[in-house]
Amino acid sequence: MSRRVVITGIGVRAPGGSGAGQFWDLLTAGRTATRRISFFDPSPYRSQVAGECDFDAAAEGFSPREIRRMDRATQFAVVCTREAVADSGLDLDRVDPHRLGVSLGSAVAAATSLENEYLVMSDRGREWEVDPAHLTPYMFDYLTPGGMPADVAWAVGAEGPVALVSNGCTSGLDAVGHAVQLIREGSADVMVTGATDTPITPIVVACFDAIKATTPRNDEPERASRPFDDSRNGFVLAEGAAMFVLETYDRALARGAHIYAEVTGYGARSNAYHMTGLKPDGREMAEAIRAALAESRLEPEAIDYINAHGSGTKQNDRHETAAFKRSLGDHAYKTPVSSIKSMVGHSLGAIGSIEIAACALAIRHNVVPPTANLQDADPECDLDYVPVVARERRLDAVLTVGSGFGGFQSALVLKRVGGTR
Amino acid sequence: MNEITLDDLRRVMAACAGADDSVDLDGDIIDVRFEDLGYDSLAVMETVAILEREHKVKIPDERIVDLPTPRAMLDEIRRSLTTAS
Amino acid sequence: MTTVVTGLGVLAPNGLGVESYWKATLDGRSGIGPLGGFDTSRYAARLAGQVRDFEARDHIPGRLLPQTDVSTRFALAAADWALTDAGVDTGALPDYDMGVVTANALGGFAFTHREFHKLWSQGPEYVSVYESFAWFYAVNTGQISIRNGMRGPSSAVVTEQAGGLDALGHARRTIRQGTPLMVTGGVDSALDPWGWASHLSSGRVSLVDSAERAYRPFAADATGYVPGEGGAIVVLEEESAARRRGAPTVYGSIVGYAATFDPPPGSPRPPGLRRAAETALVDAGISASDVDVVFADAAGVPELDRAEAEAVRGIFGPRRVPVAAPKALVGRLFAGGGALDVVTALLAMRDGVIPAVPGDVDVPDDYGLDLVHGEPRQARLSHALVLARGKGGFNSAIVVRGTTADN
Repeated sequence: MSRRVVITGIGVRAPGGSGAGQFWDLLTAGRTATRRISFFDPSPYRSQVAGECDFDAAAEGFSPREIRRMDRATQFAVVCTREAVADSGLDLDRVDPHRLGVSLGSAVAAATSLENEYLVMSDRGREWEVDPAHLTPYMFDYLTPGGMPADVAWAVGAEGPVALVSNGCTSGLDAVGHAVQLIREGSADVMVTGATDTPITPIVVACFDAIKATTPRNDEPERASRPFDDSRNGFVLAEGAAMFVLETYDRALARGAHIYAEVTGYGARSNAYHMTGLKPDGREMAEAIRAALAESRLEPEAIDYINAHGSGTKQNDRHETAAFKRSLGDHAYKTPVSSIKSMVGHSLGAIGSIEIAACALAIRHNVVPPTANLQDADPECDLDYVPVVARERRLDAVLTVGSGFGGFQSALVLKRVGGTR
Repeated sequence: MNEITLDDLRRVMAACAGADDSVDLDGDIIDVRFEDLGYDSLAVMETVAILEREHKVKIPDERIVDLPTPRAMLDEIRRSLTTAS
Repeated sequence: MTTVVTGLGVLAPNGLGVESYWKATLDGRSGIGPLGGFDTSRYAARLAGQVRDFEARDHIPGRLLPQTDVSTRFALAAADWALTDAGVDTGALPDYDMGVVTANALGGFAFTHREFHKLWSQGPEYVSVYESFAWFYAVNTGQISIRNGMRGPSSAVVTEQAGGLDALGHARRTIRQGTPLMVTGGVDSALDPWGWASHLSSGRVSLVDSAERAYRPFAADATGYVPGEGGAIVVLEEESAARRRGAPTVYGSIVGYAATFDPPPGSPRPPGLRRAAETALVDAGISASDVDVVFADAAGVPELDRAEAEAVRGIFGPRRVPVAAPKALVGRLFAGGGALDVVTALLAMRDGVIPAVPGDVDVPDDYGLDLVHGEPRQARLSHALVLARGKGGFNSAIVVRGTTADN
């Protein structure tokens, strides 16, 4: 079965603003929202900068009980879900719950709550054994994060397929790719999908410190995320979420919905190489891109903009530059490429969805968001990375990619609906 | 602990990066590249982290990527020990 | 396009390896016993389905030991066994033609507990370089992919205890989209002190102290479940691809799958388990009367047992289909449970025998269930329906057809 799948609603929580509007303003202004970590004292850590969100759960309407029960990442996902549904104009009462599903991505899921509860139960980590007397009934939902997509499903009354897709840093692309598959195969007509992660917590900061994946550029937090720049030395950890309403094109058309873009293709491959390392040749990411293009029935020349993974680690930026050349050939040199992680940091599993939101908004506004902080490009990164300043350009087809621990490489293509060249 | 031997390194490597039958860590490994011993960059990083803690030294990030063999690593740790003392 | 099962790998509390597990299951030998590894005296529950006699060093390369949680060691071993059973020479197949989908509910929990402890008792510089991936839910998929050179589409799903079936369902979807071979299933473990405490917080764990009486699904006096560890990994293949490479065994095929979700708490709308099962039957193109056995989710919690009984009764009619609950012998294995039940269903169909819940079970009459208990039951089995539920509202169903089926 081949059913066209379109995005009709977007909700975003990213550093530097709340909602899709402020998010897009930040990107087009080329502003950076990374700062010194304020959630805890970061001084014992190697990397002390992050992309934090200013998020007030009570102001978002959560009850004290919900705030206690739901991990911060779940709260983000639910808030973005509400926004996406409102944005889509979807009347939930007119959607068959059986035909409504949820595909949520997250890499580290309830990490924040796990760590909080751990400290309570272990006398702040002093004891190896924990004290069951300090056990909260919510602990189980942090142990196994099935409760995260469940909360999203409850927020919209979904009774179709519901799942958490947890593929590390490609979760946000893969969750949406999964949602598209479910609609295409006929398992659902409407999917609420996207991803969330709130990993700015000591254990996550420490584990990226250990492998020196995050930047130690602590003295200038707003300059710390520097994808493709010769002086880059690691990514900036961040938090955030983006959720979408996906539905069939026919359905969107029939109800007169505003359509941001069609998701025309998705490809995923693994490098089967190393849990954290990347081969310099970009072979598997290139293959994922080819698969996404083939499913979209698009030639490489049709791609008007590439939203890069662009994490700002030495190896990543070279790896994907090679992958773009390998998959798009000469067209890679003619296509603007940018990394919004330069502005909002790297929110692990969430960022793939936040980047899809950026791509959908880019198509809507015909603007390519820039790569902030890109002053002197790495000579081995020799594509057009749209440094510092956003660029107006007609965007009909956009490619976004992700790469993550475990070897996951994913690619997704968005296309303008109607009015193509 | 202000000195370090190849045996110290062997012990740490086996403990933190594992060992299997394909390589004899007890053999003459001092100039064999870590990757030829089956130890990837993470294993090297973990080894360095433990040696840093045990010997209370700090190896700069940019030096860690430049320690291809047990000899290079031992030399680096010894250099740091000398500087520290 | 048919998806066949060509290789099985099992790591269960009552047996390592397919045949050892199957024999124990038919013999009614339980893997449930006192939880070892730490002092459980402070805990309200002390029984678990623990995998015993698994010496990781004997099964996976020493190099992988420092970077893997016990659950990942289980997953790697089970995947090896499944691939060996399937006679797959991974080097002889194109790398993009093989993918991995695993379900995971608990992550590398014991591993991460150690790292949390090191961070907070000693400091950030004590956290292992391996923590960044040994903990996360995609770790088993990634490690299996790397170990076996599988570069096709791969994924990890979390749907609490429905995950094992969802992984198989998604692997089948991936095969239909053009990847001929998938390694899939689920394995879980969190039996360290913090993991154990967390298990107990669900409020569904049995507090009964007798290994024989703690987890008795569908019994009138059911008291909850016993958490366990382990699970199963299987090899799924597109049928013609399996034939082309000369797969030695075809255990059966995955002919139907569906997933649904319960309405929000407090909603007057009905739960989704029955709909999942019926949708899977439609997907399989068979009717309820074609199903010869149901492998139940078997929660062991009275209201959940009652709801499942109602779903089964609604689909098949009262006592019209034998219901198996082999989980009673191993405990609930989280992402491993559904995957292990599919393996058990395939073995049951192969050998024409339904495993029994040991002993006498007093099933309430109004459940209308023909629960196979006491002794295994001989039966010619063509189709099995496997059910799984996850806390929060997940429901999944898979229809398995044995190789003896007529159609």
